[in-house]
Amino acid sequence: MVPSVVLMNSTSMIHTQELTKQFTVGKRTVEAVRGLDLTVEAGELVALLGPNGAGKSTTLRMLTTLIAPTSGQAFVAGHDVTGDPREVRRRIGYIGQGNGAGHQQRGRDELVSHGRAYGMSRRDARERAAELVASLDLSEVADRKVSTLSGGQRRRLDVAMGLIHAPGLLFLDEPSTGLDPQNRANLQQHLVALRERYGTTVVLTTHYLDEADSLAERVVGIDHGRVVADDTPARLKANHAGDRVALVVDTPGDADRSAARIGAAHPDAQVDVHGNRVNVRVAGGTFLLPRLLRDLDSAGVTVRSAEVSRPTLDDVFLNLTGRSLREGRAGTESSPLGVTTVHDLEVSA
Amino acid sequence: MNTMIRDTNLVFARELRPVLREPFSVVFSMIQPLFFLALFAPLLSSVSGLGASSSLQWFVPGIVVMSCLFGASMTGSNLLMEMQTGSHERSLVTPLSRPALLVGRALKEIVPVVVQAVIVVAVVVPFDFELHVLGTLVGLVILGVFCVGLGSLSYALALAAKGQDWIFWTVQQTLLFPLLLLAGMLLPIDGGPGWLQTMSQLNPLTYIVDAERALFAGTFDAGLLAAGSAAAVLVCALGVWVGARSMRAAD
Ligand SMILES: Nc1ncnc2c1ncn2[C@@H]1O[C@H](COP(=O)(O)OP(=O)(O)OP(=O)(O)O)[C@@H](O)[C@H]1O
Ligand SMILES: [Mg+2]
Repeated sequence: MVPSVVLMNSTSMIHTQELTKQFTVGKRTVEAVRGLDLTVEAGELVALLGPNGAGKSTTLRMLTTLIAPTSGQAFVAGHDVTGDPREVRRRIGYIGQGNGAGHQQRGRDELVSHGRAYGMSRRDARERAAELVASLDLSEVADRKVSTLSGGQRRRLDVAMGLIHAPGLLFLDEPSTGLDPQNRANLQQHLVALRERYGTTVVLTTHYLDEADSLAERVVGIDHGRVVADDTPARLKANHAGDRVALVVDTPGDADRSAARIGAAHPDAQVDVHGNRVNVRVAGGTFLLPRLLRDLDSAGVTVRSAEVSRPTLDDVFLNLTGRSLREGRAGTESSPLGVTTVHDLEVSA
Repeated sequence: MNTMIRDTNLVFARELRPVLREPFSVVFSMIQPLFFLALFAPLLSSVSGLGASSSLQWFVPGIVVMSCLFGASMTGSNLLMEMQTGSHERSLVTPLSRPALLVGRALKEIVPVVVQAVIVVAVVVPFDFELHVLGTLVGLVILGVFCVGLGSLSYALALAAKGQDWIFWTVQQTLLFPLLLLAGMLLPIDGGPGWLQTMSQLNPLTYIVDAERALFAGTFDAGLLAAGSAAAVLVCALGVWVGARSMRAAD
């Protein structure tokens, strides 16, 4: 008993050791989370990133006491999720992947009763609900039956419910899915404000890479139930993916010649040729491009267009796992996941 | 204990709110037992074994227990939808006490049933039915305790069905009718074959129905009262225990 408590860093907001969850479906065992080690300090804003089925929701559901781990340990807000779930629940908020408000209920009623469930007085809950209804732009719909709300309105209501008791630790499972850009920005502002006002620790999952990039100070990449990356977005990109320089030349022959010259001059660069296009992945692409163009010019190659794109978190993922974050979505929702289109060609090729 | 009462009250109030906002949604289910009464009770006058009093006096408590049984056993059905949307999950992450989640929901199903009982009694009083207020009230309390247990079992069933409607309804219907018939709710069991009577004696509901009949008639028979209360408390304790356990085990 005692050693395990001593091992735990009591100041950490979240600390897991070898956290594992297996589901049994028929005769098959699904290893949703495999020995996850994760430590989050108070006040951090962490984004969990990973393709569909990576184990993000399962991880959050274990940390929020909704499901019991198969093995391993998790301490959340200073308490053991299996030994002391009630103390954990008191200290956290959770916005799940589904809709939290009952369809037969009215939004405002649900907000107030959710706040009351965390011990708020009726008056406090009402006041806070009114505040959130106004700031999440729900005034028009808060007194309607939830089943009549649009998807985005329901999502905003979920967000309001997660925020109502201003928890010290907030988990959000794909909070911005289904929100339009304006409301996504609004949600981000809310999270930032929550941290400033209450010092809230935030753990969220998202499929919007730009969101993770701009919002989170720390990105934890999860794939097949394991942590595959854990750093600031900037460092991840610097360490795991270079810039991409995309050139279009006159002929496939020119493309081959260019690729050979670039490869010889920059041994670190990764060079691919597709017809009359040359894609180069290299660190410091913006500095390299002018030299590259001069060199090709002197070799008699006409470059018709040149483009440098900064790496995205998707590039990081592709490098680390060989899988694009976008593959799982199979085109259905590919637009939110980054801007580079060149990449799609590479993946399908 | 205080938190348990507060939490139960919160859950109860939340569940009941949509009904209060749209009372018409339950009007039809309210008057359903009246159909039973009108179409079934007349047949009973020719049946023997109802005891000395009128057939209504025998039948009305049975009808009240039956509506309770229907109401409470549906507790889990409201959960099915909420399990699919995520709103059940949302209530599970709150610090609300687990038994309160069960009891609050079960109580919500009982309130309409009590209203139903009042309607039924009000309708039959002008006919051949003697109203004994105290006995009826005590009877309703015993019934309420039983229904909390049954409601919790229904909740556990919804969890075990993992939100799949057909599993829930199949099991609920399969269990409900034998339970109901074996308790002698619609027809007396006394005239039946021995095996039927034995099975009836194994059914906790039988003791509740017997106690209700005595109480509705204004008789406080210590033996019947004790047996009925014991059955109700037992089912209640078992139900809440099973329900709370299944909530913990549910993945
Ligand atoms: N209740 C369950 N029963 C069986 N398998 C499950 C269950 N929940 C999750 N899984 C499986 O565990 C794996 C991880 O699922 P999880 O929901 O954690 O993924 P995720 O990273 O949240 O994905 P997404 O981005 O699609 O939300 C998947 O293979 C999934 O099918
Ligand atoms: Mg998920």
